[in-house]
Amino acid sequence: MAFQILLNFLLAFTWMFFESSMETSTFIIGYLLGMLVIFFMRRFFSSRFYVYRIYSIIKLILIFLRELLLSNLAVLKVVLQPKLNIRPGIFAMETKLTSDWEITLLANLITLTPGTLVVDISPDNKILYVHAVDIEDAEEAIEDIRGSFEKAIMEVSR
Amino acid sequence: MSATAEIIVAVFILIGVFLSLVSSFGVMRLPDAYTRNHAASKSTTLGVMSTLLGTLLFFYFYEGIIHSRILLGIILIFVTAPVAGHIISRAAYNSGVELSERTVQDDLKDTKNIPK
Repeated sequence: MAFQILLNFLLAFTWMFFESSMETSTFIIGYLLGMLVIFFMRRFFSSRFYVYRIYSIIKLILIFLRELLLSNLAVLKVVLQPKLNIRPGIFAMETKLTSDWEITLLANLITLTPGTLVVDISPDNKILYVHAVDIEDAEEAIEDIRGSFEKAIMEVSR
Repeated sequence: MSATAEIIVAVFILIGVFLSLVSSFGVMRLPDAYTRNHAASKSTTLGVMSTLLGTLLFFYFYEGIIHSRILLGIILIFVTAPVAGHIISRAAYNSGVELSERTVQDDLKDTKNIPK
């Protein structure tokens, strides 16, 4: 992906030299034209066309923000209830992700989701131990959310 | 500064202050270290982020400048706060801090032998 972006910059600069104008607008036009060229040449690269990946990164950031808002509402509800009837617990959860940065990202996302917090990760990086505020109604819904997170992260790293 | 701009800035800062207040209530009310960590690591993150966002907007409306350091601060808090929450609860678990008696499930206990 980094190589494609670098190539795109190089094509944009080439366009600037063709036009012999060193302005931002020329750079932007050159960048868009270069993007088009890379799009049509995409079968010669080993990885995907990089704009797809940027799109999935933006989607991941939006998911992150939405979960942060929802988790705050959940904490508000728990804290401001007159009676505390929470049932906390730690449950194990397996992950399919392999590389270190993916697992770090997943752990961060889980920590910011409603009612869950990563306590520990097993030494072989396969199992995440998650502390949940309210374990019974949470576990299934959390599995769903986590499926969407894992899928979104995989989409980025694919 | 127009009236709508003032209202937007005030809403952001008030939400931030409210969330920080609620998270401190949470730290007082919840039973054990782990559940307190939930309140501290989530509400404070969004609280501080929204206060900083209000500050950013205030300086944008008032002086017409976007202070990039405030933006950097927002991003850094967003990235580091969950890591801090994770590390604190992990350290608590590894040094044998007990879960509250409400706890119904503990899958981590079998994998470690912590001296009680």
